[in-house]
Amino acid sequence: MRVGVITFPGTLDDVDAERAVRYAGGEAVKLWHADHDLKDVDAVIVPGGFSYGDYLRCGAIARFAPVMQEVVDAAKKGMPVLGICNGFQILCEAHLLPGALIRNHKLHFVCRDQWLKVENNATAWTTRYDQGAEILVPLKSGEGGYQADQSTLDELEGEGRVVFRYVGENPNGSRNNIAGITSANGRVVGLMPHPEHAIDALTGPTDDGLGMFLSLVDSVVKA
Amino acid sequence: MTVDTVKNAENTPDQEQPYKELGLKDDEYARIKEILGRRPTDAELAMYSVMWSEHCSYKSSKVHLKYFSDTTTDEMRAKMLAGIGENAGVVDIGDGWAITFKAESHNHPSYVEPYQGAATGVGGIVRDILAMGARPLAVMDPLRFGPADAPDTRRVLPGIVAGVGGYGNCLGLPNIGGEVVFDATYAGNPLVNALCVGAMRVEDLHLAHASGTGNKVILFGARTGLDGIGGVSVLASETFDDSAGAGKRKKLPSVQVGDPFTEKVLIECCLELFAQRIVVGIQDLGGAGLACATSELASAGDGGMHVYLDRVPLRATGMTPAEILSSESQERMCAVVRPEDLDAFMAVCRKWDVIATEIGEVTEGDRLVITWHDEVVLDVPPRTVAHEGPVYNRPIERPADQDALQADTPDRLPKPARDELLDLVKTMAASPNLASKRWVTQQYDRYVRGGTVLAQPADSGMIRIDESTHRGVALSTDCNGRYTKLDPYAGAQLALAEAYRNVATTGATPVAVTNCLNFGSPEDPAVMWQFERAVKGLADGCVALGIPVTGGNVSFYNQTGSTAILPTPVVGVLGVIDDVRRRIPTGIGAEAGETLLLLGETRAEFGGSEWAHVVHGHLGGLPPEVDLAREKLLGEVLVAGSRDGMLSAAHDLSDGGLAQALVETCLIGEVGARVFLEGDLFTELFSESTARVLVAVPRTEELRFTDMCTARGLPWRKVGVVDPESDALEIQELGSLPLAELREAWEGTLPALFD
Repeated sequence: MRVGVITFPGTLDDVDAERAVRYAGGEAVKLWHADHDLKDVDAVIVPGGFSYGDYLRCGAIARFAPVMQEVVDAAKKGMPVLGICNGFQILCEAHLLPGALIRNHKLHFVCRDQWLKVENNATAWTTRYDQGAEILVPLKSGEGGYQADQSTLDELEGEGRVVFRYVGENPNGSRNNIAGITSANGRVVGLMPHPEHAIDALTGPTDDGLGMFLSLVDSVVKA
Repeated sequence: MTVDTVKNAENTPDQEQPYKELGLKDDEYARIKEILGRRPTDAELAMYSVMWSEHCSYKSSKVHLKYFSDTTTDEMRAKMLAGIGENAGVVDIGDGWAITFKAESHNHPSYVEPYQGAATGVGGIVRDILAMGARPLAVMDPLRFGPADAPDTRRVLPGIVAGVGGYGNCLGLPNIGGEVVFDATYAGNPLVNALCVGAMRVEDLHLAHASGTGNKVILFGARTGLDGIGGVSVLASETFDDSAGAGKRKKLPSVQVGDPFTEKVLIECCLELFAQRIVVGIQDLGGAGLACATSELASAGDGGMHVYLDRVPLRATGMTPAEILSSESQERMCAVVRPEDLDAFMAVCRKWDVIATEIGEVTEGDRLVITWHDEVVLDVPPRTVAHEGPVYNRPIERPADQDALQADTPDRLPKPARDELLDLVKTMAASPNLASKRWVTQQYDRYVRGGTVLAQPADSGMIRIDESTHRGVALSTDCNGRYTKLDPYAGAQLALAEAYRNVATTGATPVAVTNCLNFGSPEDPAVMWQFERAVKGLADGCVALGIPVTGGNVSFYNQTGSTAILPTPVVGVLGVIDDVRRRIPTGIGAEAGETLLLLGETRAEFGGSEWAHVVHGHLGGLPPEVDLAREKLLGEVLVAGSRDGMLSAAHDLSDGGLAQALVETCLIGEVGARVFLEGDLFTELFSESTARVLVAVPRTEELRFTDMCTARGLPWRKVGVVDPESDALEIQELGSLPLAELREAWEGTLPALFD
């Protein structure tokens, strides 16, 4: 089970995503932004960070990286793709997921341990969770407010495509308390919080995030 | 434009030069002329003036700092791979790992421009660590501000915090600790200190030098611009305003502007270069820019150096040689590379889209020669610039009012009545210095890279270095400026003792020390007295504890008008822990049944205390007694307790005493406790006697642990039990404080002030 982890200039959480893949029993494969090459991976993680310095707009430049064209093509054929934080922003910019992420409503970068409710445990990345389960993972972002027009929100809610929702006080002004969403086929998931920082209670608040990577390993093995 | 060449300088010996505006004294200017045998060129004047500045030359502190190396014994030096004088100190922590760490100040820029000042402070210290060959792993930021409710603090603090976070977060370095302290003396002069820690394999250590004739000098990273030129703009106005006519010279802010994205890419690029072993010497460009990097590289090597200054990639047009040399544009590094490795070097830089330019080469001889379009604009012996600057033995005088200050003890202050004590616990917890710093630290990423085992509000920050062996390091920075004001010698030792204790409290063995010495003007004999005493105190303290000072930083001229800041020698202690899974957390309640023990002895010590400050606005008397032998014993007991799994939580007692430690350990652990104290309850709760730690011991380990303490001669006392069913801190004879109420007090203060 080979899981690609992309590194753009300015990517920060690639080492964490690679570690999470290893903890889940997968093989982490480094993917370079400038290559038109997915190296025969079974799934791709677009990790967090500040790709290209977040200049212009978060994710707006990364979306045009050669490797992202390959990711978009592969996703269209059903490859599981996970975008975390900056990766979520990139997937939105690449139109693999609808909507956009804007500056936190209180304008500060926020790093905190955040409770999330699992709203959809049928995606490629969430089958290990019980529907309605609450998990605690780090959230760390300055531009994490999820925004979409009303019809998109209605569609996401109507189709059960909200995967994670913030529990308690809304940390960044996201509409409908949305923390993460999925594509229509449930293969592409994007979320602002960081499951890869919660794979071991020694270095994270919990190991609640590991379930996402285990779910992936399950789904690919089953497929 | 006309450029002042060496030839021109020889022909115009009497030309007046603005050396005074550049901060040079008459005799310093005369010495430059003597060294060169002629007047300096503009470029030479620029280089000497920045390199002979207090910031770069340590001219007022050098004679005192020598005491650190004079007192470091061979035994203390045993694990030191590099020390004072290098970019950063390096310590061997075992398993083939070397740790490098250093702190630096960015105080003045941060007052002028809080966001960029703080941001570039982080950027600068990270490049220092990188230049040692290490991967930077974490940062910490000790900060000092004016009164929390002062209007200017509302301008300065949010900007500085956002700058520290904005740069560090984007760089992908977890922020694992630091301090936020408020005091009126910092009102016009906040302190922004930044510490970075990095790791490398022992064999990968890089020292800055330029050896090997024919080797190439490469400047790589960002382009060089007009930002951060500071005093050298005087030269620009002298040489330009006339010839440029009405076209006013562009003057950019003298605070540099940071680009953390460029630095992140530069870090990865450097690490790849190190891995390929194609770097002979490397130096970061920080204060004094190229002037510093070229003169230091050349002076540390075994030859001379020729730099073609016109090759430097610029981001402004019409820059003079003097400006290019002294520009403090960020995110630049300078490397020395063998000619045969040049192609490989450039290939790595291309991969990371880093601009790299061959700007010169190592030459035979012992001169640093800089040319500008084939004309020599600088020709100096590099050691005279980098290492043989002026040294001052400034007058020292114990302040006339020091005796009066020490005589004004807190004994005269009214003590609270017994029925006021419970409220006082809450009032103190809500006071700005003791209140939760979450408002600040939640703007910092503490998780990135996945190695953070402990971060604020833990006693020390801890990171895992080796994922297979679980070896890690812990770091704490501390300083109580009020203690240091009352007695600089003891105050510096108390800062050392607290940082040492904080590291041991998390289960790590302290091994090395760095410092960031923030003081007022060295031209004030009273300030020099504080400085001299603090250096002696710190050095003597290190000898007592058997751990070396591996590096440090001095920041003078921290004052508003003639009022100096509280003398603030921030001390950072590095500790090693064999297995980070054995770390001791701060919050209680991890085990089913825990007993609370107070280790150490409590005396009525309130001089410089937080209570005297918060309740009476009083500063006088003497600080708490220093007992380094006891600190060492306490540290050994804590490390043994961690190694044998006898401790489930521990929290150091410092500002605010036992009361504050209890409040924090309950709130962090989210459980209540029942506490029983004896003797004078006010002293028990609020005294700041040192060498004390509150520990939680699982019932099953209680006897084993207390037997160990008794056997080793460490006083201990049972002060309570953890009560997982309770949601209050209950203090026998006084009453109960609901945790929700305490949390509101502790966590509410900073958001109320700064949101």
